Amino acid sequence: MTRSLTLLRRRLVGSVFVLLIVVIGTFLLLEAAPGDAVDAYIASTGGDAGMIELLRHRWGLDQSALTRLANYLWALLHLDLGQSVSFSRPIRDVILERLPNTLLLMGSATALSFGLGSALGIYAGARPGSFRDRFLSIGSLALYAVPGFWLGLVLIIVFAVDLRWFPIGGIESLASAKTGLDRAVDIASHLVLPVSALGFIYLALYLRMMRAGMAEVWRQDFVLAARAKGLSRRRIVLAHVARNALLPLVTMLGLQSAQMLGGSVVIESVFSVPGLGRLAQEAVAARDTPLLLGIILTSAVLVVVINLLVDIAYVFLDPRVGANEASA
Amino acid sequence: MNPLRRFLRAPEAIAGAIILVALFAIALSASLFFPGDPQAIAGPALLPPFQDWSLPLGTDRLGRDVLAELFHGARTSLVVGLAAAAAAIAVGAIVGTLAGFTGGLVDEVLMRITDAFQTVPSFLLALAFVSVVGPSLGVVVAAIALGAWTGPARVARAEVLSIRERDFVAGARVIGMHPLEIAFREVLPNALPPVLALSSVIVAAAILTEAALSFLGLGDPNRMTWGGMIAEGRAVLRAAPFLSIIPGVALVLTVLGVYLAGEGVVETTAVRRSLS
Repeated sequence: MTRSLTLLRRRLVGSVFVLLIVVIGTFLLLEAAPGDAVDAYIASTGGDAGMIELLRHRWGLDQSALTRLANYLWALLHLDLGQSVSFSRPIRDVILERLPNTLLLMGSATALSFGLGSALGIYAGARPGSFRDRFLSIGSLALYAVPGFWLGLVLIIVFAVDLRWFPIGGIESLASAKTGLDRAVDIASHLVLPVSALGFIYLALYLRMMRAGMAEVWRQDFVLAARAKGLSRRRIVLAHVARNALLPLVTMLGLQSAQMLGGSVVIESVFSVPGLGRLAQEAVAARDTPLLLGIILTSAVLVVVINLLVDIAYVFLDPRVGANEASA
Repeated sequence: MNPLRRFLRAPEAIAGAIILVALFAIALSASLFFPGDPQAIAGPALLPPFQDWSLPLGTDRLGRDVLAELFHGARTSLVVGLAAAAAAIAVGAIVGTLAGFTGGLVDEVLMRITDAFQTVPSFLLALAFVSVVGPSLGVVVAAIALGAWTGPARVARAEVLSIRERDFVAGARVIGMHPLEIAFREVLPNALPPVLALSSVIVAAAILTEAALSFLGLGDPNRMTWGGMIAEGRAVLRAAPFLSIIPGVALVLTVLGVYLAGEGVVETTAVRRSLS
């Protein structure tokens, strides 16, 4: 247990540095934008020069960039992301309101791509070089070539417009005011199409990785030993080959989380899911740079946390991890 | 057997190569077959495909020729995909070489910056960059490269770490070459092959990112893009689904072609290396 704690502590310290770089980097990028929050605010509400001066002073925009960065970092320490210009509310509240929808979408899509992808990968990798192996490999590659937003539109055309099986967008039916189980079913039916659009794209990644990993393991001596013991093929595939090939996929889960989050921006926009990704697009449309900064930062924190969780899971799944680092 | 012949014996690689050749032909001949402005009105609005043979794929909501849009869109996809990948690989190779060859604090700082770039979802970064600087072809290329250089940087660094211990590097040191000269003239060229093996994946991802950006209205407004066509078709999704489907199929074929051809090249050259 201590070795995993050492590992975790080291990762945590690294993550803080990485997040600091992210904050400074994004702050500088958005600093380069022409016009500031006051310009955006005045453009939408109107106001004279005196009003502009007043707002600049009140929002601290008349200070130097370095002072503002320091102020921003200081506020961040208190989990204060500032005030959204387009929503006229604290950015933290706006983000926290949207975050659950994105997490739900991402979590379900990850479960779909990881679960189905690794299962199909085992199916393909159980008989390397067979027809089904080649078919699944090429098929998954074709799926990986599909733009997520386009798959979403095709799903809408087929399943929402033509067949009317699922709602066309949104996260739940607004007027129904359902509660409890009914509400859960309602949300689930809204999620089927966006989760499929997001999850099927990344399925190929896990399928191909599983398959490639199994191809490696097949060559190892312990598989030969298992064969010599006279174990059934099914048992060799599941208990010996697939089990050992599964670990790298868990790492991929963490690495993939940033991609998933990026992908959900477009998917949320296609399906009008009120999540973090759509918020980013709204922030871009409204030129609300502080909000955009907050979203980028929240995503970065989310990615860091997911990767930490994956690291922790890894320690439990593979007893070899961290053994060297703790003794060093 | 030479690598070209081995490449041609893999059916997937041939399929990929054919798609890519067709795509280049389409992109290069766009001005030849459709010399006018692809954004100009060519006929009645929302003409379905295969009705009028002067407008084989029909027209969009504004009466623009879908086939002409498709040809000109191919150009944007290819230019952005190739340019962004080239920029990402160049930046990644340089950063990776510097980090791996110098080591110490430089390595630590460069790798933490790489970590930071990998922590922010690259699509979100591209979105923010384009919205801050303003959409144009160059900005879109830069925005995509910004999120794509980290992979090449990591691979280049790993290669450089093993190459810098070789005898010829020690030899270059002995004859008094400047460390930067050793890094970029001796070590970097030798570290390139595995970095270049990433290029098909990076080109494919760049084409998909460009499509997604222009789908959200953040592409170069003066250029025809497949993503923009899909967004345009989305407004009439019920009445004319073909407007969204056609450019999407073009995108899928393009990206698949890049993957298949790239995989073919990597496989044939990898076999050659393991044989020699």
